[in-house]
Amino acid sequence: MSEVMTAVLVLCIIGFVCALLLVIASKYMKVPVNENFPKVRDCLPGANCGSCGYAGCDGYAKALAEGDEEKTNLCVPGGDVAARKISEVLGTEFEDVVEKTAFVHCNGDCNSTHDKMDYQGIESCKAAKLLFGGVGSCICGCMGMGDCAKVCPEQAIWVQNGLAHVDPRACIGCGLCAKTCPQKIIELIPAVNKVRVRCSNTEPGAKTRKACSTGCIGCKKCEKECPVGAITVEGNLSRIDNTKCTVCGKCVEVCPTGALIIEHIVVPTAE
Amino acid sequence: MSEGAKLLLIVFTMVFTENYVLVQFVAICPFLGVSQKFDSCVGMSGAVIFVMTLASAATYLIYTYVMVPLGLAYLSTIIFILVIAALVQFVEIVLKKYMPPLYKALGIYLPLITTNCAVLAVTLLNISDEYNLLESCVDGFAAGVGFGLALILFCGVRRSLERANPPKAFQGLPITLIAAALTSMTFMGFTGIADKLFA
Repeated sequence: MSEVMTAVLVLCIIGFVCALLLVIASKYMKVPVNENFPKVRDCLPGANCGSCGYAGCDGYAKALAEGDEEKTNLCVPGGDVAARKISEVLGTEFEDVVEKTAFVHCNGDCNSTHDKMDYQGIESCKAAKLLFGGVGSCICGCMGMGDCAKVCPEQAIWVQNGLAHVDPRACIGCGLCAKTCPQKIIELIPAVNKVRVRCSNTEPGAKTRKACSTGCIGCKKCEKECPVGAITVEGNLSRIDNTKCTVCGKCVEVCPTGALIIEHIVVPTAE
Repeated sequence: MSEGAKLLLIVFTMVFTENYVLVQFVAICPFLGVSQKFDSCVGMSGAVIFVMTLASAATYLIYTYVMVPLGLAYLSTIIFILVIAALVQFVEIVLKKYMPPLYKALGIYLPLITTNCAVLAVTLLNISDEYNLLESCVDGFAAGVGFGLALILFCGVRRSLERANPPKAFQGLPITLIAAALTSMTFMGFTGIADKLFA
């Protein structure tokens, strides 16, 4: 037999032995995978955003399939559709998902606030916050360097005129921006048409006014005007009880600084 | 030189003077790819140490008892790749079944190094250095430790790089490569130490 043939033969035999070994090993040492796992995983959108509280869609699907997690409605991006599908797979009761969208509790763009320093550092809210609590005049305000926009998986956030805006239609409610924001002014709010407070400043009215022309000064006009008692002013900041608000818009009309707005949201309905 | 001293020399050489990543420039891909997070560095190092030790033993046996008698020593590269890949897959299956904690700890890094060049390098150099079975295993283990050391050290360097503000043209990979070169130069300082230490 020629030398070449020996080489080819030996290589083939080694390859064959390796393959055989692997086949036998995978047959006899198979770890049973929960059969529900791939089915549940297919129901999830695969955004890996972590809003369910697990490391990713795989983690949530695994917990559901193995019975560690009972709630099928934790996936915010998937919404009702995903929750219903998962409930079908697992044969459990379907629970409605409360769709939430991010909302920036600030109205202080470059026109209504001013900078207290000429910041030349890293373009990041987190870094700027370390210097005397931020660049802007308002210590609670949006710094407009877009940490939230950078982390948003759906590009639903953009910064315009020094203020972050959320597109509620594009927002999937994962909450990454709320976790990232060093000012903690982004909140996940149920995606319904309700009046919202575009301010987070709890300093006394005069101080707020000095920092920002459109902040909530705690004047209590809205509280008095509200026919259903949904508004309370606490710590110099108007707070709205979403369960009571009827979106009559009277508070928005009387607000002297324009801190209150009605957020119109088109809620995507489940098919 | 006694056997013990020889093993010590192998360990010292592989970790410091002949460090695979920083002196011999193999396995640069995982070195740059995985060194961003400390946790992944540790996971990767663990997997590499594990696989290198096993691969050294397996390839030594195949080389000595199959390839040399048949006169196929020139096929070592291709056969070793085949054997290492199969071995890693096999080990993965076994670990998954019998040692789930270890399997979880090594995680994605185990299949990642199936075709890692450092693993191939260590097996090929074992042959050319004419080590015996024990020496091959120690060599594989020490090479893995050296890889881990380089990875973890460089992880620290990269952490400082994140806070640095290099000129725009150097941002990202360029400055990382320069930093890697500087780290490599520090390891060049070990050159020649081993021979004097163990002479």
